[in-house]
Amino acid sequence: MASEKELTERILEARAAKRALRIRGGGTKDFYGNEPRGEPLDTRAHAGIVEYEPTELVITARCGTSLVELQALLEKHNQMLAFEPPHFGAGATLGGCVAAGLSGPRRASAGALRDFVLGTRIIDGGGRELAFGGRVMKNVAGYDLSRLLAGSLGTLGLILEVSLKVLPRPKAERTLKLELPQAKALESLNRWAAQPLPITASAWEDGELSLRLSGADDALRAAAGRLGGETLAPDAAAAFWRDVREHAAPFFAGEAPLWRLSVPSNAPAIELPGAQLIEWGGALRWLTTNADAATVRAAAAHAAGHATLFRAREKAAGAFAPLSPLLARLHRDLKTAFDPAGIFNPGRLYEGF
Amino acid sequence: MGDALPKVELQRTVAAKLREFLPGRAVLWEEEDTRPYECDGLTAYRQVPMVVALPETEEQVQRVLRACHSLGVPVVPRGAGTGLSGGALPPGEGVLLSLAKFMRVLRLDPLARVAVVQPGVRNAAISDVAAPFGLYYAPDPSSQIACTIGGNVAENSGGVHCLKYGLTVHNVLRVRGFTIEGEPVDFGSEALDSPGYDLLALAIGSEGLLAVTTEVTVKLLPKPEAARVVMASFDDVQKAGDAVAAVIAAGIVPAGLEMMDRPATRASEEYARAGYDTEAAAILLCECDGTAADVEAEIAQVREVLARAGATRMTVSASEAERLRFWSGRKAAFPAVGRISPDYYCMDGTIPRKRLGEVLRFIGAMEKKYGLRCPNVFHAGDGNLHPLILFDANDPDQLRRTEEFSAEVLEKCIEVGGTITGEHGVGVEKINQMCAQFRPEELEMFHAVKRAFDPKGLLNPGKAVPTLARCAEFGRRHVHAGKAAHPELPRF
Repeated sequence: MASEKELTERILEARAAKRALRIRGGGTKDFYGNEPRGEPLDTRAHAGIVEYEPTELVITARCGTSLVELQALLEKHNQMLAFEPPHFGAGATLGGCVAAGLSGPRRASAGALRDFVLGTRIIDGGGRELAFGGRVMKNVAGYDLSRLLAGSLGTLGLILEVSLKVLPRPKAERTLKLELPQAKALESLNRWAAQPLPITASAWEDGELSLRLSGADDALRAAAGRLGGETLAPDAAAAFWRDVREHAAPFFAGEAPLWRLSVPSNAPAIELPGAQLIEWGGALRWLTTNADAATVRAAAAHAAGHATLFRAREKAAGAFAPLSPLLARLHRDLKTAFDPAGIFNPGRLYEGF
Repeated sequence: MGDALPKVELQRTVAAKLREFLPGRAVLWEEEDTRPYECDGLTAYRQVPMVVALPETEEQVQRVLRACHSLGVPVVPRGAGTGLSGGALPPGEGVLLSLAKFMRVLRLDPLARVAVVQPGVRNAAISDVAAPFGLYYAPDPSSQIACTIGGNVAENSGGVHCLKYGLTVHNVLRVRGFTIEGEPVDFGSEALDSPGYDLLALAIGSEGLLAVTTEVTVKLLPKPEAARVVMASFDDVQKAGDAVAAVIAAGIVPAGLEMMDRPATRASEEYARAGYDTEAAAILLCECDGTAADVEAEIAQVREVLARAGATRMTVSASEAERLRFWSGRKAAFPAVGRISPDYYCMDGTIPRKRLGEVLRFIGAMEKKYGLRCPNVFHAGDGNLHPLILFDANDPDQLRRTEEFSAEVLEKCIEVGGTITGEHGVGVEKINQMCAQFRPEELEMFHAVKRAFDPKGLLNPGKAVPTLARCAEFGRRHVHAGKAAHPELPRF
């Protein structure tokens, strides 16, 4: 296990030499964000579960812990990471998962990764070990800097340890397939979400809507009766949601740049060239297109959302939607607070820090 | 400039400046008008504000902030003033900025399931306007009939249903506000995420130190089809605590899971007549909600688990009226305790659930040590304790004993791996205990974050995060157990 001391020394050296560090776990999300820069700082040796007591609904683990192993441990106790994080490869680590901040199909019903982050221990750009939040469900002492770290792409500090809230796995699940054109699917998804239905994932593509229901058997039967459609075999259903989550579905296979449009769930169909796959009850629209970045970003902004250039051979337009001048200034000032020398993952989130 | 002028002159200057754009009734400085603002729900701390501003438009808020910023005058935002940690304690030489006139629900979209509300809208009022659409706003602090959403955002308020439905941070999509410089800023959006750092999560729970909230977009959830409560009695507090763990271990996440000890049920029963078993050492209220089928299955499972855990009596709510009656006793616990004692002091520590027995025994020992009674109500599902110390504020010695009692309990919470505040905030009340929970370099980081938003430190100064000098002073007076004994241990 790489000791905290070794990691701290690497950081202090880099700071003294003004050299950038590229914090990296399994490298499964190298594609995400802007081009990584700096000498790699491998976190994988700093691994292991620190504390896991199923009845507390909290797990604490080190950054290099394999996400596969962590989830297997939870499954053994009939629990799960409810935000259903994508791995994007076999070597995904907990630290990378939290730094990327991405959530999977269950997000619209269960919440995002950041919603489950209870506490972190980090090393900041000054080589200081800092702890924020804790291992309890409710904690409002101090600013919520743990949630700020979720999705910060390693630009604020090296995440040493994370405590996450975990939840019991659903008693049963069932996946339905319905034929619905896009506009009708969007309308239905929003209408259903306003009713007490146990929908925990949705994916629409090319006239076909898949819905996952979770809960007690009787509840699923009742809901399936109301929603209609065909029930998928359990194995096929599990494979389907895994492929959506991991971008292994055929939709994601093309050469065209992949965009992630995050919009209000009831935003009307977004008219852009290319193909779309819609998740999160309408709030997440994956788009493969050769349309230029300005066009895609304008369409997302028009829908009151934002567009991320998720996977593409080149990201000259920037992976993330530009910030307003005030928000950009706040980002730079927060970066300076955590990492005054600017050594952590420079440019990965936005150019300039 | 604030330091240079005597207070009377500063008061005149600030009031005159605000009168340039606020009507006369919206700028208060006569003591008879400003005294009602001298404290929030933490009445032990009082300070008559120099000037109170009551703007009613965003533009007026902006101009108040610009004026104060240019004069170097502190600003303290205030909602309904129900906060329990003194977060809205006025500045002696600054402006208390009341958002009480921001009372409108601006938009409710039943299809998108969002409501856009002004910060002075009461928590319960949101659910009231959403009810015709079968929707509601989930966080339900006990003060929900009075507290406002702006204050909920400042404190990241919870309630009795947050194990399943989360805190304010999980139920708010967007906060619009103004920086101390008067610049408008949006944290979050009506999409589920925003590019860059999660400033929405940072803003929520920041106790009014980073920006002044003028608009909040909340998520609305469909009202569960059914909800029922199991009320279970235990002849031992530890058994009740173990029963909570057993419920969780069975894979159940109840909508609410509350515990009250006998002193608390007795006080509450006299006042609210909820039908509590006042002979039991502790009672648990366990609510299951969802589809009718889910609720039936879960209630059966909960009954079985609680019976195995040693429940001596169980009642399941048979109607919605009965369910609400069971909750009424819990929600009325604070006022009920207020009736049996001249004053009470509410604590808000959170602990890992497995340490409950130990912490309750510790509280029992403190009752003897300080000669003060302390009923306990407990958000058992999420480990959030609300011990209520009974005292008489007119007796200075009782007040002192109460403060020492609560300080010891909060430090015990830290020692067992918990926190000094689960949902009420630090404010001025727990500022010394922040020195016990965080190390100097962590506090420095909080100050650095504050400077990113408010370099001059004018917004709600002196709250939430202690200065290092204050901690040094506190440490000299008060060396405490947990941390000082094991400085080598990482604690979080």
